[in-house]
Amino acid sequence: MKNISYIIIGMIFGLGISISGMINPAKVLNFFDIAGFWDPSLMFVMGGALITTMIGYRIVFGRHHPIFATKFSIPTRNEIDTQLIGGAAVFGIGWGIAGFCPGASIPAIGSFKSEVLIFTVAMTAGILVARAFKNGVLSKAKA
Amino acid sequence: METAFTPYVSLFGGVLIGIAAVLMMLMHGRIFGATGILAGAIFERGQEQVWRILVIVGMITAPAIYLLIAGRMPTIDVPITTPAIIIGGFLVGVGVTFGAGCTSGHGVCGIARFSPRSIVATITFMIAAIVTVYIIRHIIGAA
Repeated sequence: MKNISYIIIGMIFGLGISISGMINPAKVLNFFDIAGFWDPSLMFVMGGALITTMIGYRIVFGRHHPIFATKFSIPTRNEIDTQLIGGAAVFGIGWGIAGFCPGASIPAIGSFKSEVLIFTVAMTAGILVARAFKNGVLSKAKA
Repeated sequence: METAFTPYVSLFGGVLIGIAAVLMMLMHGRIFGATGILAGAIFERGQEQVWRILVIVGMITAPAIYLLIAGRMPTIDVPITTPAIIIGGFLVGVGVTFGAGCTSGHGVCGIARFSPRSIVATITFMIAAIVTVYIIRHIIGAA
């Protein structure tokens, strides 16, 4: 049951991405193109997702623990540093070039379109290189 | 390339994304962040790896489920060149690794729990994407 719930949660997320239009780079890029073919649809995606999550989290956090786990695992980091802002900026540049974010590209793999597969391989390469750099150069610099 | 403004389906898709995020917290006490799920599916081992792979499997089935419901695949137009897809994908991978999250982790789950880190990251990547699209389409004049 626990394992099936992960698959179903992934499906619901992916369906949301597919239905909302987040899965379509042409639409995402037009959302960013406020001086051109501006398509404000993604404001409704973010709005719908955020309001649902805010209300849902309030209810869920009233519980002592999640259904299948003994505790809530919430990120605890709170530092706003160069890595956070620089990383977010680089992500935004890539998103503005290609129109896919990670959460949209993964469901898009299910379309088997070659552009999606190329994007996903390039994104995974970026993750591998950045992690190697973080674990190598940066952790040595700290030590 | 123009895209149609779709407020209702986009809002509905956004609500589904929110429901997936809330179910992940309710059942497993975890954030739904596509970056962490993808990276963890590669680098974690044991159950920490398994649950993330299951979520990805669910996500990838979404276009097929969409096909069953809607009678056609979701529209995925990638209006850029292959080198641009590769550069964009690589930058997305590097950015989300240093920024520790993307649209789902920071933009939805992080903001929904009022995390200052996530609010700063989301504003940063949104502005970076808008500026990038402006430069590509209106200053360089491509696409």
